Amino acid sequence: MNLPLSWLNDYMDIDVTPKEYSDKMTMSGSKVEGYESLGDSVTNVVTGKVLTCVDHPDSDHLKITTVDAGTGETLQIVCGAPNCKAGIIVPVALVGAVLPGGKIKKGKMRGVESCGMLCSHDELGITKEMLGYEPEYGILILPDDTPIGKDIRDLFGMNETVVEFEITSNRPDCFSIIGLARESAATFGKKFTIPEVKFTETDGSINDAISVEVLDKDKCKRYCARMVKNVKIGPSPSWMQQRLTACGVRPINNIVDITNYVLLEYGQPMHAFDLRDLADGKIIVRRADDGEVIKTLDGQDRKLTAEDLVIADGKRAVAVAGVMGGFNSEVKDDTTTVIFESATFDAASVRLTAQRIGLRTEASSRYEKGLDYNNTVPAVERACQLVEMLGCGENVGGMIDVMGNVTDMAALPFRPDKINAFLGTDIPTDDMIKIFDALGIKTDLENMTVTPPSFRPDLAGEADIAEEVARFYGYDKIPTTLLSGEATCGRKNDRQKMQDAVGESLNAQGMYEIYTYTFVSPSIFDKLSIPADSDLRNTVKITNPLGEDTSVMRTTTIASMMEILARNYNYRNPAAKLYEIGKVFIPTGDELPDEPYKITLGMYGNKCDFYDIKGIVQTLLADLKVEKVKYAAVTDNPTFHPGRCAKVTAGGKTLGVFGEVHPAVRRKYGIDTPVYAGELDFENVFANINTSIKFTELPKFPAVTRDIAVLVDKTVPVADIEEIIAQSSKNLESIKLFDVYEGDRIPEDKKSVAYSVVYRASDRSLTGEEVQKSFDKAVRSLEHRLGAQLR
Amino acid sequence: MKQKLEQIRAAAHEALAGELNLDALEQLRIKYLGKKGEITAVLKGMGKLTAEERPVIGALANEVRSQVEGMIETKKAEIAAKIEEVKLKAEVIDVTMPGRAQERGELHPLTKVMNNIKDTFIGMGFEIADGPEVELDYYNFEALNIPKNHPARDTQDTFYVSDNVVLRTQTSGMQVRVMEKQKPPIRIIAPGKVYRSDAVDATHSPVFHQIEGLVVDKGVTMADLKGTLEMFIHRLYGDETRVRFRPHHFPFTEPSAELDISCFKCGGKGCPMCKGEGWIEILGCGMVHPKVLANCGIDPEIYSGFAFGIGLERIAMGKYDINDLRLFFENDLRFLRQF
Repeated sequence: MNLPLSWLNDYMDIDVTPKEYSDKMTMSGSKVEGYESLGDSVTNVVTGKVLTCVDHPDSDHLKITTVDAGTGETLQIVCGAPNCKAGIIVPVALVGAVLPGGKIKKGKMRGVESCGMLCSHDELGITKEMLGYEPEYGILILPDDTPIGKDIRDLFGMNETVVEFEITSNRPDCFSIIGLARESAATFGKKFTIPEVKFTETDGSINDAISVEVLDKDKCKRYCARMVKNVKIGPSPSWMQQRLTACGVRPINNIVDITNYVLLEYGQPMHAFDLRDLADGKIIVRRADDGEVIKTLDGQDRKLTAEDLVIADGKRAVAVAGVMGGFNSEVKDDTTTVIFESATFDAASVRLTAQRIGLRTEASSRYEKGLDYNNTVPAVERACQLVEMLGCGENVGGMIDVMGNVTDMAALPFRPDKINAFLGTDIPTDDMIKIFDALGIKTDLENMTVTPPSFRPDLAGEADIAEEVARFYGYDKIPTTLLSGEATCGRKNDRQKMQDAVGESLNAQGMYEIYTYTFVSPSIFDKLSIPADSDLRNTVKITNPLGEDTSVMRTTTIASMMEILARNYNYRNPAAKLYEIGKVFIPTGDELPDEPYKITLGMYGNKCDFYDIKGIVQTLLADLKVEKVKYAAVTDNPTFHPGRCAKVTAGGKTLGVFGEVHPAVRRKYGIDTPVYAGELDFENVFANINTSIKFTELPKFPAVTRDIAVLVDKTVPVADIEEIIAQSSKNLESIKLFDVYEGDRIPEDKKSVAYSVVYRASDRSLTGEEVQKSFDKAVRSLEHRLGAQLR
Repeated sequence: MKQKLEQIRAAAHEALAGELNLDALEQLRIKYLGKKGEITAVLKGMGKLTAEERPVIGALANEVRSQVEGMIETKKAEIAAKIEEVKLKAEVIDVTMPGRAQERGELHPLTKVMNNIKDTFIGMGFEIADGPEVELDYYNFEALNIPKNHPARDTQDTFYVSDNVVLRTQTSGMQVRVMEKQKPPIRIIAPGKVYRSDAVDATHSPVFHQIEGLVVDKGVTMADLKGTLEMFIHRLYGDETRVRFRPHHFPFTEPSAELDISCFKCGGKGCPMCKGEGWIEILGCGMVHPKVLANCGIDPEIYSGFAFGIGLERIAMGKYDINDLRLFFENDLRFLRQF
């Protein structure tokens, strides 16, 4: 909302600088986005008449003029504009003038003295909107009747300072000059007055020409109409045009400008119908018929539903209520009789209609926030007053005023102690009442209640009243205290601690954390070669996504990781080790999906291989104290290399899957080097954390180490060998793989696997015999179960 | 014999005073102390002495032997030290060559800032709550005093999953979820991802992060809100940072405020960073609306509270001088390594 300060001055005296005004208004809750004083950058530019104009002897385009700029002397000015000629009135920048482009000095142009400059609109920062037309190329030629020696800023309203406010959605009343003036007066402790609105009415009555019927009294809260006859359509005066322009509204003609002027000033949308276009002299406020079509002012056909409210005449809809007028009933150049509409419609209804037909207008954006039904009469009367002021018509006697269903503002309890306790302040009751008075809130000290004015429907409870007190008392004056009351123990829970521990472990292992979007393209499933019948393809879908690429919630995090790895690869980062802790979204039978967290790993480069990512998983799980972890080959996960993918389990739960990404998959992401990735389920990992670490006595008795090397089929996983050895003795302390050999001196389908096995008992020294027995048992089991041969 | 021993002592002293290597030293040891050495020979000849002479000479012989032994040990240590010195000299390396560092990974800058914020609030007795990102319209809007058709819904362009389910546009729904489950006193923060249908540019992202805060107890005042958040800001940005609470509107708090801090770039003088205002908007906050309390079964006549919502990216951008929001989600290693 733009507020020209001169307009504000019509309602209150403002005697501070724009900066001071803006700062204080911001702190009382009307946030100022900025202010602009157009005239600051233009000084010493006046209107002047070109007396003579001759060609410059030494130039093919310059002209030498003499100009009367009301300074008492005739100025010689050299001008290069093609449209310069004797007799025109133009803006003259005098010597010493400041323009947006710089300062004007006395100078010589091709040897001829020039005392100033004749200006184009551009050079003065005057826009075609301010002019209301597109000026011809060259200097700005002003109307012949423009007085000479007049400051150009006055002519174009450039002395105006316009303050731009950000109005919050709860304050539709502040989308008006009067609303802002009321806030300003309360902020500065000034008097706020609305000048009396008076005009004369001609004989006759609006009721002779037209009737108004409101069929839906819920959607239409009030409908007022007034009539103006003998209308003379023409441009509105420059002062009105300047104010409209300053507020970003384009002047059209006097009648339309009046409705817009009242809209800005009172915050009440108005519409002007041409009486000729209202069939049967009727205005009927009714629901649209399902499928009823209306051509709106902008020339578009709009199809309506039975939920939409229209203004209709005896035959058809002439306006979409609260949104836009109809194309056929608008004011035209030859309009002679006008009906002003000033009405209040239901906020939600207007909002939905605007949404349905895809049309948001000045009017609808105000209606949908909820307007004051008591504002319709003052607004339409102000319009009539302006008609009289502008002399563009005669106000016909009488007003039609049809009430819909409205509710009066409720009185709210006023408990000053409660307000102070709530705010942590000690504000005297009298000060609170002063604030209420300034805001039009009525105080009833007998019943200790306050009743907000009808233009403040946002004031619906005590907390709202407390806010009004706080705003004008000053948020900055409220003390700052720390929380008292019962102490609470701040802490992270175990899951949050695990999240930190995952970061610590992975960071220590050289992994960088990433953040990715949780919505993805449905094409990721094909990219990851996930089968058509996979559950992963069952996603939570966004009905209004920004694009296909971000239209479903991810069910796997691998795609996000692949995307980031690919990006780093494209940026020529030679190697990357990354992880993410983030959610996937798994649809359930309920309205909301499950949102489990996943720990996602991904890496390429530095000649890393499967055992690097496995080492990371192992270290991570060890750091988290996840015990009894098992790894098994996965050959049928199409996202991964069929021979280089593992499932990690613990406590009967799958913790996750990791391995080399299938070359076909990574190629789809444009990566030409092996990529390793994995996805661990946060909750399953969490469930297997050993939270009760207990001390184990340090060994008192010596250990016996025996090496064992066996020949087994190449396909035998070493995990199987380890498990058999582990079961062979209760005194087994550790098994460490130290060699795997294939090749010379070994049959082609075999491999040699060598372990260092450590035996130790906690209560005695083991004898050689005992160890040998265990060792032999291990060998026998290996022979028996795996067909192993001792080497 | 006594004379002989004195001679040996003098000769050994002289011999060991000169420059020797380890081999020559060993030769000297054999010469004096070896099985056939001179001192050994003297000791062997003791039998020929009288009973009176024997203890005297014996004592002297032992004295000379231990002296010579001592001298040899000292010399040995000297030589070893010299050898070590030479060796060390030969081992000189260029210490300015690069170290063999293990590359450590790092937390994402958003996590770092988030941790910082969590620590501050944990210190003030807050716990951390987590909740769904795909959320019921009820929690995201309705229970927060934003009914359907409320104009405030316009300012938050919402992604819908169905009529009743949205991608949460704010973490504020966590206020309701927490209050439904937990009775006062409540002090929580709830960080997490939020979604708005904004096209991606340097300052907008359809996914970003907020940290919701909620305090509910008997007698919580707006002054407490100011004090708590002022302390938070001072912990995050330093005590010299000025804080201002500016009236604002949120449907679920009343009174509501936006918290501005003096611009961290110019200190409040006005610069492009703060658009010349000297202030930077950091978070929204307010006293929990009585209707919201009542919606959660908490009696607003007995309890009051405050809530706030912090935009994590904005804080991180300010802290690290990051000029483009997209960098957080691009995850270029050259970016990630800087924090």
